[in-house]
Amino acid sequence: MTLLDAVLFLPLLGFIALLIAPASVSRMAALAISLGIFVVSLGLIGTVTDAPGVYSFVSNSQWIDVPSIKYHVGLDGLSLWLVILTTLLTPIAVLVSWKYIDQRVKLFYAFLILLEFGVIGVFVSLDLFLFYVFWEVSLVPMYFLIGIWGHERRIYAAVKFFLYTMAGSVLMLAAIIYLYSQTGTFDYVAILQKLTTGQVALTAQAQMLLFLAFFLSFAIKVPLFPLHTWLPDAHVEAPTAGSIMLASVMLKMGTYGLVRFCLPLFPETAHKAAPCVVALAVIGIVYGALVALVQPNMKKLVAYSSVSHLGFVVLGIFSFTQQGLDGAVYQMLNHGVSTGALFMLVGYLYERQHSLEISAYGGVATPAPNLAVVFLITTLASIGLPVLNGFVGEYLVLQGASQANFTWAVFAALGVILSACYMLWLYQRTFYGRASHSVSHHITDLNSREWAAALPLVLLMFWMGIYSQSFMPAISTQNALILQRVNGSAAAALQAPVVKEVANAR
Amino acid sequence: MPANAFPLGAEYFRVLPEIVLTLVGVLIMFLEAVFDEDQKKIFGPLTIVGLAAALGAAIAAGGDPGPAFHGMMVVDGFATFFRVLVIVVGLFAVFSSIEYLQREKMNGGEYYALILFSIVGQSVMVTANELIMVFIGLEISSIASYVLAGYLRDDPRNNESALKYFLLGSFATAFLLYGVAWIYGLTGSTNLSLIRQALSSGSAPELALTGTAAVLIFVGFGFKLSAAPFQIWAPDVYQGAPAPVSAFLSVGPKAASFAILARVFMTAFAPLASRWQPVIWVVALATMIVGNFAALKQTNIKRMLAYSSIAHAGYVLVAVAANSEIGSAALMFYMAAYALTNLGAFAVVTHVARKGEKYVLIEDMAGLSQRQPAMAAMLTIFLLSLIGVPLTGGFFGKFYIFKAALDSHLIWLTVLGLLNSAVAAFYYLRILVVMYMKEPVESAEANVSAGAALQFAVYAAAIGTLILGIFPGWVLDFATRGALK
Repeated sequence: MTLLDAVLFLPLLGFIALLIAPASVSRMAALAISLGIFVVSLGLIGTVTDAPGVYSFVSNSQWIDVPSIKYHVGLDGLSLWLVILTTLLTPIAVLVSWKYIDQRVKLFYAFLILLEFGVIGVFVSLDLFLFYVFWEVSLVPMYFLIGIWGHERRIYAAVKFFLYTMAGSVLMLAAIIYLYSQTGTFDYVAILQKLTTGQVALTAQAQMLLFLAFFLSFAIKVPLFPLHTWLPDAHVEAPTAGSIMLASVMLKMGTYGLVRFCLPLFPETAHKAAPCVVALAVIGIVYGALVALVQPNMKKLVAYSSVSHLGFVVLGIFSFTQQGLDGAVYQMLNHGVSTGALFMLVGYLYERQHSLEISAYGGVATPAPNLAVVFLITTLASIGLPVLNGFVGEYLVLQGASQANFTWAVFAALGVILSACYMLWLYQRTFYGRASHSVSHHITDLNSREWAAALPLVLLMFWMGIYSQSFMPAISTQNALILQRVNGSAAAALQAPVVKEVANAR
Repeated sequence: MPANAFPLGAEYFRVLPEIVLTLVGVLIMFLEAVFDEDQKKIFGPLTIVGLAAALGAAIAAGGDPGPAFHGMMVVDGFATFFRVLVIVVGLFAVFSSIEYLQREKMNGGEYYALILFSIVGQSVMVTANELIMVFIGLEISSIASYVLAGYLRDDPRNNESALKYFLLGSFATAFLLYGVAWIYGLTGSTNLSLIRQALSSGSAPELALTGTAAVLIFVGFGFKLSAAPFQIWAPDVYQGAPAPVSAFLSVGPKAASFAILARVFMTAFAPLASRWQPVIWVVALATMIVGNFAALKQTNIKRMLAYSSIAHAGYVLVAVAANSEIGSAALMFYMAAYALTNLGAFAVVTHVARKGEKYVLIEDMAGLSQRQPAMAAMLTIFLLSLIGVPLTGGFFGKFYIFKAALDSHLIWLTVLGLLNSAVAAFYYLRILVVMYMKEPVESAEANVSAGAALQFAVYAAAIGTLILGIFPGWVLDFATRGALK
């Protein structure tokens, strides 16, 4: 029993405890449980940052004998911060929902904690089968969170969310089973080793199909243009906590999957597919930004900005450069912090004015100066202003992209400019100008609970922007290893076309 | 008279479950005539005792495998697995029937006797080692089922259900019998192993003739499995029959039919495998598609579950198409998981339907999560298992089946089957939506809590579904050991 096992299974115990406990204590219990898990998870940091290139806290025991499925979990520099992000955002989501959720409170918090279980599981699984199990398990609570506590069109959004993800993931399941039939194991580390050493050689066609199956499932989750249409619906209809968890954590499951599985398992195919993927990513960046520009609904605006930002992440990943990949992973964390904060703040506004339409606001800064300041910092972080976190990620992605192909970087930079347009315009329309009667009547400033939820994220925005050294070395080390595998084997394939022909012929 | 004209003692022991079930069934028929209304309450518990005894006998008989009655029957791991399964299905059916029959004021002994006889038939089917026994088992099971489907005789829906089931069912059985006759004419035997020898020998009969015979037999089974294009009867029958009977029909006879289909085609017709595999490939896909797409539009929950059971038959046919040891183990596991899941789901439906099955529309489940949170939570587990979400038995069932299919290089069937299961998610989700996301309807009967027996059935099924999903090895072990080679 390692510390990681505890971090993984405490949410499951918490879920059960919340179901058993009376509804009157659900809020406090959920807060205590999620904070407790966060504190425990901090203990993971030291060990992993000391040795980010290897898996720490490994548990590897047999779960099912035939076919051999293992409970194999571990944490490295890539997954560490994503786990911490998850454990940090869960108590924040609990705090944010304190007043907002007033019906079926017990069930709500139970599902929120169950979601944490699924998501952490996705980030720490080193067995493909286990990964798939958690991938699906995380789907169910989010489905209920959107469907029960969402806005008017919640049912449509929840079902759409479930079916999109499900359709993608069944293909991944087929690919996982096929990999098993070729390699005889579900263990990711073992499969990777067999593929790297050439013990198992997949034909180019099989590689392409497997890559596509994994990629499609991840691309739906990311979401990559043109598979993104579930996202605006899900975000707009979800309750605030649901939006936060969806944007900050669940979208990262897709990009994490790309980095962890798609690249190292199928490096040559990844190189082959890169032009198409990058084209989609760049379209997503620009398209997402343009659509965000014209949204009258705040949540929809933030949702489309996510499409744009996640396009950056995919661009960074498929640039196959150290900077690009570092930037992509860093941007995953940034997006988690700043978009999480944006959804939280939009939720605060909604709780006060009961509208998500931008036109219902204006002059909010007058009655709520603190809210305005926090919103401004978050906006600037999201745009990528230096000193704040978004800058670091975007800069690295752009640099990596320009090393690979300058044209990509030009288009991506366009996205940065557009993001300033839509975010600042949103800010201007919402917070500046004369406060209408309804605004000055309804809007109050942040209370202490809302501060408590917002402050950690604001501090993180500065910390991650000013001293990225705290986070980056762990990410970089692991990324370097992945790139070594990705570029190394692709280069080998280019240098030795004869060998490749032989492999194909098999 | 030859010395071995009478079977040995051990051979009686191998058919002990059938003997026990028959005796209890006959006893109930006798008691029915002499008991008054009050005493009839004993029939439910008596049936349970009989089934439990038969279960013990089946497990004990499994410990001493071998043929019985001149090779007419064979008790092997495969047969024992399915015997235990159909008896457990019977137990669940009885547990969820007791309250229902009292509610409908139809607490007669013949209901329980018919359930027992139907199980005897299924038990004979799964142990049969020759085609005449298959036919006899199928007929015993079917005739009892026809009556069960129309058990509430004053209800026109029940009558419709029973009549349709009977007419189409006997038509299909005729196909089976005709096929058996062909096979006997071609090979001179009805014994599965002898047929196999005849078909694989150098002097095998004309392929066109054996093929026709196999097709005739497949049509007979296809009807019982509700495989497309022989599925037309299933929605009407399941919708019309009493809810616990629908539950029973959708798993018991189906499990037995799948068992015998696999046995006949994977042993007797093994030499023709390259011919029948593509046929089953097509039928499996068609069955999945018909079931899933028709289920999308249903408003009646029983009818929806009927189409869902057609779709699941399609998944299981994928395992048959795989035609391998892993495929047969996957089939066994899937039937066990599906049986628990579907019995549980139907038990909740039985409970929610109330007297006269007034509330069987999907809309009637509105707000169930608030009226009866425990029942709603259990139904959620069953539905997630039917969708195939991990940590439920349904997921591992699908996983093993599609793994077997991939191992047999049925790549397209796997991909299309998995995509089908994504389509299926939609209609199961509709029930979840209604239960959790719609406001409850006001009704005097809405908050009636379930009786102890039904609650036991629901909880036991849910626990079983979860156990199969978290520790599938416990059951898969038995399945692998008993799998057809």
